[in-house]
Amino acid sequence: MGLNRVHVHVGVQLLRVHFPQVAASAGKSLPEKVKIVEVGPRDGLQNEKTIVPAEVKICLIDMLSEAGLPVIEATSFVSPKWVPQMADQVEVMKGISKKPGVNYPVLTPNLKGFQAAVKAGATEVAIFGAASELFSKKNINCSVEESLQRFEEVAKAAKEQGVAVRGYVSCVLGCPYEGKVAPGKVAQVAKRLYAMGCYEISLGDTTGVGTPGGMIEMLEAVKHEVPVEALAVHCHDTYGQALANILVALQMGISVVDSSVAGLGGCPYAQGASGNVATEDVVYMLHGLGIQTGVDLAKLMDAGAFICQSLNRRTSSKVAQAASFQAILQF
Amino acid sequence: MGNVPAAVKHCLSHEALAQEHPWLLRWLVDEKSAAICDFPKAVKVVEVGPRDGLQNEKEMVPTGVKIQLIDMLSETGLPVIEATSFVSSKWVPQMADHAEVLKGISLAPHVRYPVLTPNMQGFHAAVDAGATEVAVFGSASETFCKNNINCSIEESFQRFKEIISSAKQAHIPVRGYVSCAVACPYEGHVEPAKVAEVAKRLYELGCYEVSLCDTTGVGTPGSMASMLKCVVKEVPTNALAVHCHDTYGQALANVLIALQMGISVVDSSVAGLGGCPFAKGATGNVSTEDVVYMLNGLGIETGVNLSKVIHAGEFICKALNRSTNSKVAQKNN
Repeated sequence: MGLNRVHVHVGVQLLRVHFPQVAASAGKSLPEKVKIVEVGPRDGLQNEKTIVPAEVKICLIDMLSEAGLPVIEATSFVSPKWVPQMADQVEVMKGISKKPGVNYPVLTPNLKGFQAAVKAGATEVAIFGAASELFSKKNINCSVEESLQRFEEVAKAAKEQGVAVRGYVSCVLGCPYEGKVAPGKVAQVAKRLYAMGCYEISLGDTTGVGTPGGMIEMLEAVKHEVPVEALAVHCHDTYGQALANILVALQMGISVVDSSVAGLGGCPYAQGASGNVATEDVVYMLHGLGIQTGVDLAKLMDAGAFICQSLNRRTSSKVAQAASFQAILQF
Repeated sequence: MGNVPAAVKHCLSHEALAQEHPWLLRWLVDEKSAAICDFPKAVKVVEVGPRDGLQNEKEMVPTGVKIQLIDMLSETGLPVIEATSFVSSKWVPQMADHAEVLKGISLAPHVRYPVLTPNMQGFHAAVDAGATEVAVFGSASETFCKNNINCSIEESFQRFKEIISSAKQAHIPVRGYVSCAVACPYEGHVEPAKVAEVAKRLYELGCYEVSLCDTTGVGTPGSMASMLKCVVKEVPTNALAVHCHDTYGQALANVLIALQMGISVVDSSVAGLGGCPFAKGATGNVSTEDVVYMLNGLGIETGVNLSKVIHAGEFICKALNRSTNSKVAQKNN
């Protein structure tokens, strides 16, 4: 006999006992472990005004490796004409000490970049899609569909050569040109990237406008198309919302979070406004929640202090700021 | 279980149920999202900038500036604005002009202007100056209490009892604060049970609302939730507020978890005024602008006009010759 509404309703009530997270109470279940994807050396430095020499980048990445971060986005194989900060991509890739067990993905916007990356020793690459047509046009001068076709080529080549591919979707909670972005569109793009072989899709709130409500709505849509274990969030802190957005993402089952040491990388759309969320602040929150990250916060802060000194700028991490005045208290 | 339909018996094995009816799993995912979306429809934002904020700023501002700030905030829709503190100017010189400020502000209808009254002397002075609401500051940490107001928690309660009793006679509502609700700069971790005890006492003495303060900003959603779980057993949720500091960048996440737990009153400070008194240079109060931005995004009503708050923040930052701590305001610039 088929289930009718009454049976289903009673069933769900029974299930509430087994799934306490379904009950409307404070006990939202969180992942035991979270993988932090450190994007400072690439996304961070790419968006900093000051360009640092290759040795400084290499030293930063090596310090981050020692801090226990499992994934460190090392550089970008994009034309130096567009992104001069990443012109030393090959030197950086060849110069870093690759710690066993740590991944060092690099951005590859097209097949040419992919080939150069593999030649330089990359074993993981990343491709950047967008959920907004206007953003895609302005950022990489083609439509979303055209960009996905470009990426198909990269994904295919990567598969043939046993190189892992991570996908990014930008503008998931808003676009600097289009404004509101439909969750359905984000889900569509994420689905395509996943289908072409990306092992993980990072959902980027590019302008930091998102708030927890929008994050929940967007993730609900994407989770229908891509398994939650294959999703990550990349929150910008331009409006101070990043940690709150990350918290709800964790509550929704996300267990991969992108962040940038010292909050490197300003918002490219608003001079002087902050951009990436600071890894130190994310790790502080996760550890406070009892979530394992494998990251040594003290060593991470050392890396942050180092790069800020090199950039001659103040850290954007509140934890690092507080630490400069007192010993870090973790509760 | 004789009368229980076969389907229900079957669904005691939830995996089997989910396997046979995959759409049900999707429904549960949606239910789960709905639970995470369990937010209050409206939140009362208590603006503490003119008192808690300015009290902890290095620069002192003239009375005229304080009055103008409060008047600007009164135009934003903020329902509660903590105006000043009737504490001895020997201890808090920034608040020496308390009577003048209270008498000078334009009292907007529908806005409340609580003032701090640490003792009976302060209470009498506040009433003389026209106060219609007062606030008392308790602590969940003995050491903090001793260092802050030079007495034990028990002695502080004797003081509050007197104030609350007099306030009751004068029909003046009293708001209570519990500082060090998560941790103390001297003692470290503070037991949630202790926070609950102090909050309960303040409530039972007659405080209409108790604001739980993460004084050092070390709290994370985990420690926040543990503390709130304990306190809501002793004090009705609708009589509780959270006062989060952003010293470690955790404030909005902490406010969020508090909202999910049914708290609907949030303290904040325009432009994030008020550094952390225990770590010079570190940030303190969470910015009203950033809080309101989040609440707006969540579709929660506050009655607050964000642009006007940003405007008030710009004004006071200029007067203090400092930059705003609010990310929303920074972006606006």
